[in-house]
Amino acid sequence: MTISKLVLIELWKRKSQLITGLLAITLGIAVIVAIQSVSVVSEQNVARNLDNLGANILVLPQGASIDNYYTSDIDAPTLPMDYVERILTSTIAGVDNMSPKLTRRVKVGGQSVVLTGILPKSEIASKPLWQSSGLLGAELKTACAPNQSTTKSHGFEDEKLKRKAFDTLNTKDCIAGSQVAKLLHLTAGRSVDIMGKDFKVVKILPETGTVDDDRIFANLRDVQQLLGIENQVSAIEIMGCCNAISEGLLGKLRNILPDTRVTTIGQIVSTQIETNQLMKRVTLVMLIIIFFVGGISIGNYIWANVNERKREIGILRMMGAERSTIYMMFILKALVLGVAGGILGYLLGTLAGVILGPYLAGIIVKPVYIYLLWSILLSVAISLAGSLFPTYLAAKFDPHTNLQED
Amino acid sequence: MILQGENIVKQYHHKGGLINALDHVSFSVNKGDFVTVTGPSGSGKSTLLLALFGLIRLTSGNIIFDGKRIDNINDCHLTDIRKKSVGYILQSFALIPYLTTIQNVMIPLALEKIPGKEQFKRAGEILDYIGLSDRMEHLPRELSAGQQQRVAIARSIIHNPQIIMADEPTGNLDPTLSLEILEFMKKINQENKITIIMVTHSPIAAEYGTMKLHLNDGKIVTTGF
Repeated sequence: MTISKLVLIELWKRKSQLITGLLAITLGIAVIVAIQSVSVVSEQNVARNLDNLGANILVLPQGASIDNYYTSDIDAPTLPMDYVERILTSTIAGVDNMSPKLTRRVKVGGQSVVLTGILPKSEIASKPLWQSSGLLGAELKTACAPNQSTTKSHGFEDEKLKRKAFDTLNTKDCIAGSQVAKLLHLTAGRSVDIMGKDFKVVKILPETGTVDDDRIFANLRDVQQLLGIENQVSAIEIMGCCNAISEGLLGKLRNILPDTRVTTIGQIVSTQIETNQLMKRVTLVMLIIIFFVGGISIGNYIWANVNERKREIGILRMMGAERSTIYMMFILKALVLGVAGGILGYLLGTLAGVILGPYLAGIIVKPVYIYLLWSILLSVAISLAGSLFPTYLAAKFDPHTNLQED
Repeated sequence: MILQGENIVKQYHHKGGLINALDHVSFSVNKGDFVTVTGPSGSGKSTLLLALFGLIRLTSGNIIFDGKRIDNINDCHLTDIRKKSVGYILQSFALIPYLTTIQNVMIPLALEKIPGKEQFKRAGEILDYIGLSDRMEHLPRELSAGQQQRVAIARSIIHNPQIIMADEPTGNLDPTLSLEILEFMKKINQENKITIIMVTHSPIAAEYGTMKLHLNDGKIVTTGF
């Protein structure tokens, strides 16, 4: 027999009281775990969907206009190509894809079109430094999206919103937007004269409803030569992780590119930030409520238990139990309740999230195992906080008073 | 001499006035004595029993136990003395309801942090000694009143105390069981040389005392042997 065994026996022999005592804290933890489990997956989905929009950061020269995000690179002043390498050689996390561009309005076949020089991925791949940076591939890396998820996004598949890098674009080749192709009667395989040089149309882009429909894309080197603007670009498009943007990616880029304008689609960032903050606020409010409700509930249970066991406390004190022993008895009980409440709350909350997630939020929720640790820690903290005062009073009971209740 | 009380006074405040529960009580108890304390209700018998080892603090007076003053020591030391040297038997048995017979008996050893195996061995021997070895795993509610009091006695002696304080140990028992318990306490007193101080209303129980104290209005009115 030990004092801890005595505590466990008492808990076991009074199971109905134990269940009552556990109820509030278990349900409280379950609610937090369920909300968190759903909101984490929801945040991941929002972030992934936003990331799927494509390039979301634009690096422009200081004097460029950004009235229209999608056309701000047209006829903009230029910045050196070196800036691309400056970004690549930095340790900034969250830059997932990058596309330097040089864009000018030119006359082709007597029509005004937008000529955009781009660096195809095959060219990026040819640079060892860029390879090591991992900036390859049009799709976002998994690492970009919030972790703990392996779910593939089925969100925005809308081609209108995708502005992704071209895999290959050889010199003397070009790709025409749908509108410009109609305007100039271009088809794949035909040649087109651009500023006195022949380019082969390798592809006609499907209609996107964006400014890309009016563009002709050619290799950046060719466009730089044609326009006589060597080693300059008018913009660098960056596909940044939405989470990284909301965590200050823009500021970091501005630090390494001080004489540029680094801008983003404000709505994207604010949506991400608002989503994250809303979830955090909901969880915080729940946490505060649960802390008080759970703490009061456990405190009430322990206080009732102390009163019920006054005689027992008196007997133990009479037999030579120190005040600290009585104190430990109830603290240990609170600890057991806290651990049990945390585990049960985690299981219940996770189960609720997994079952209700698809119905309520249309998402698949998977158990987040680290929440088990947090649930136990939170539950124990609530339980101990609620028990301290009644336990303190129990230890102060006068044994003689309690024995006289016989 | 194992226990001595000198001019023990215990006063209570009640409705604006002072009540003398113990009024300059003095006595001496030798090792191995079986002391019975009698007196009418409210005479201060139980107060004296509780006051001797600090369950009630004195207003004034000295208590000397085993050659040392214990009325002026702190709660921690008094608790230690109770744990190691004193056993208590109460009228209501004071067993912990959710513990089995053997678990109840082991509590004093648990408080002394004696290893589990040793606790079990000693509790088994004591329960055998009091004739309850076949009731080890029974809960108090599954035992008769006499059996419950025997468990309480077993619990009071398992840690080999120097002195047992018994407050009306036969108060809840019928005459036959009372005699059984009294005989058992006498056996403990004689075989183990454990000093017993027993508060009782019963004249029959009082006769078991080798030393008799009679209290009235908080004062010792007669002392007999």
